[in-house]
Amino acid sequence: MTRKQKRLTIIGGALLFLGLAVALVLTALQQEIVFFHSPSDLQANPVRAGERIRLGGLVEKGSIERGNDTKVSFAVTDTEHVIKVSYDGILPDLFREDQGVITEGTFVGDGTFVADTVLAKHDETYMPKEVADALKDKGVWQGTE
Amino acid sequence: MVEIGHYALVLAFALALVQSTLPLYGARTDDNRLMAVAGPVTIAGFLLIALSFAALVGAYLVSDFSVKNVWENSHSLKPLLFKFSGTWGNHEGSMLLWVLILSFFGALVALFGRNLPPSLRANVLSVQGWIGGAFLLFILVTSNPFARLNPAPIEGRDLNPILQDVGLAIHPPLLYLGYVGFSICFSFAVAALIDGRIDAAWARWVRPWTLAAWVFLTGGIAMGSYWAYYELGWGGWWFWDPVENASFMPWLAGTALLHSAIVMEKRAALKIWTILLAILTFSMSLLGTFLVRSGVLTSVHAFASDPDRGVFILAILIFFIGGSLALFALRAPTLSQGGLFHPISREGALVLNNLFLTTATATVLVGTLYPLVIEALTGDKISVGAPFFNMTFGPLMLPLLAAVPFGPLLAWKRGDILAAGQRLMTAFAIALGAVLVTYLFIDGAFVLASLGVGLAFWLMFGSLTDLVLKSGVGKANPRVALKRFTGLPRSVFGTAMAHFGLGMTVLGVVAVTAFETENIVTMKPGETLEVAGYNLRFEGLVPHQGPNYTEEQGRFALLDTSGSQISTVMSAKRFYTARRMPTTEAGIETLGFSQLYVSLGDAAPDGAIIVRVWWKPLITLIWLGTVVMMLGGSMSLLDRRLRVGAPTRKQRAVPSAEVPA
Repeated sequence: MTRKQKRLTIIGGALLFLGLAVALVLTALQQEIVFFHSPSDLQANPVRAGERIRLGGLVEKGSIERGNDTKVSFAVTDTEHVIKVSYDGILPDLFREDQGVITEGTFVGDGTFVADTVLAKHDETYMPKEVADALKDKGVWQGTE
Repeated sequence: MVEIGHYALVLAFALALVQSTLPLYGARTDDNRLMAVAGPVTIAGFLLIALSFAALVGAYLVSDFSVKNVWENSHSLKPLLFKFSGTWGNHEGSMLLWVLILSFFGALVALFGRNLPPSLRANVLSVQGWIGGAFLLFILVTSNPFARLNPAPIEGRDLNPILQDVGLAIHPPLLYLGYVGFSICFSFAVAALIDGRIDAAWARWVRPWTLAAWVFLTGGIAMGSYWAYYELGWGGWWFWDPVENASFMPWLAGTALLHSAIVMEKRAALKIWTILLAILTFSMSLLGTFLVRSGVLTSVHAFASDPDRGVFILAILIFFIGGSLALFALRAPTLSQGGLFHPISREGALVLNNLFLTTATATVLVGTLYPLVIEALTGDKISVGAPFFNMTFGPLMLPLLAAVPFGPLLAWKRGDILAAGQRLMTAFAIALGAVLVTYLFIDGAFVLASLGVGLAFWLMFGSLTDLVLKSGVGKANPRVALKRFTGLPRSVFGTAMAHFGLGMTVLGVVAVTAFETENIVTMKPGETLEVAGYNLRFEGLVPHQGPNYTEEQGRFALLDTSGSQISTVMSAKRFYTARRMPTTEAGIETLGFSQLYVSLGDAAPDGAIIVRVWWKPLITLIWLGTVVMMLGGSMSLLDRRLRVGAPTRKQRAVPSAEVPA
């Protein structure tokens, strides 16, 4: 091989590698991203059962029910619509009524949302940004921003 | 005292303006007096910022609640250590720490850089001045930590309980030493571009700074990971959270820079690329600062933050990244390129390392910023979680990890991959043995997990191979071998240790991912749970009063199979009274390299309590590995060639430098 051919092979190899990386990223972005929805979004555009989403809003007052062992159910609301969530596990420390939460999971047949992850934030004055935006859209935001 | 702090900060800003203009002008006009201004001004600026920082620390220590920042983040009952570390447990104090460390690095260059070419030194300090000035202005305009309250409140609002931990005293300073340490590499790169001159001496100067920043950043990230692991009570050690990614991207880019700087120093090749990497690495640090400080991303680490500040940092970000890249585009073609090499050679291996690391950085960047882009374009809110990173970052890392042991065994310019392969046969055999043992003797071991364990052993023993070969252990007379071994350059030890540590971390990651067990159970006092061959007996809940919190301590007896007690594990539910905020304190018992992790959930009315118990096999190796990496980095830093100030001695023959590093 001449020096030029050699250089072209190297550049070609690097480009091939980068192309593979880009393909990998694009596939992953198609498969692995999770959309965030508020209860009202879901009322307007329901997602099919089994699709993984994030559902966020406030924990509705008086909706927390503890079941056997670690099972718990509660409702997430944006003050207009309410969605029932069931969860099996330990809730975060800052989980309580009227607190903004994000849950991640899927809908099952009967319209209940089965969450495998529940996130509440480290700071009691902090509201997840998606939840804050959704509440602002509904005109019920009481924060100062 | 507080006003002195504020005043000192304003003065430091004024000095930064001087520092960023006069020496630069002096370097252009070849005026030695103007260039000589840089050093004293930089050191004076550092002293002023240190004074300012001390003033804020003082206000925290005496709980001066007339200072708004102290009132918002402190409490008179808080333990002294947390009063101290709470100084930077908030936005304003954290930014002040940022500029303190920035100016500290500037002062180090001013002090130890006396043997640098004067124009390079003046330019470097000027660029440091630009960065420092921009962030000082940011603090003074948007985030003044010295704002007063009148009338002064009697009691403070306390620090977020999550931050009331020794981790806050260590993690941010270490992380910033790393983040901000890369500013020196950036300044050197920009200075070289301004000068239009770059040589191997430049690389010899930049490498120790990169190495030092890398060591600190490694420690900062590892400390943050361990802190999140024990403090948050979820048992996870890495979440692919945007804020974690923000610190991980400069680390990946910095690791690439570390390796490309070797090529530049040794072979005078990859000059333009190294300059670009130096710029990109610090750009990643700035981006990280922006992501963390602006609150534009939803993150498990997110604390309430002010979006207006985000715009300011974004402006700083655009100015420095855009400006330096524009300068790069303008000047880079004029730099001379040199040092040809064959693809299969030490240089080739390091280029491969750079290709993988920068691509990996790019995938992390895409995953981190993609939600922002999508929201801006379509309004959809999405999250990119661990599955994305596992699918992209993972496949990119595996071939790189597999290739690591080959690198140090290849010769410069033209290497022999078959010979390197033959020398690695022993390491390969050990790795293969590890795969078989894991697959055959550990329950629930899948092929992938076994291969992962094999990869870790390959990395560890492959790294040691270089030391064994260079010292001739087993071939030469033992005394000669020992003499050769102790005579090896420290950078050779450093490389081997850092790669060995990487193998340890990989082993920990693989073991925890593949063999972790988790139990979520309801337990009544006296009940026992079996975990990984141990028995955990719940002894009951005991109330306890802390200085600024109350807690319910869950006590567990850890018994071995014969029923004798090994220790008591204590996990607690805390309630911080000032903020009315509950936290979970995990109970962690280290057994060998593995850990038992106990976290409490809610108590049921009948006295039972929900308990989450993990068995985390070999998890401590994840962090111990990073400690070994840091030791490796520090060892390299002590190498004679790289010691700060060494460039003057380069004419003298250094015998140890003849062994390829």
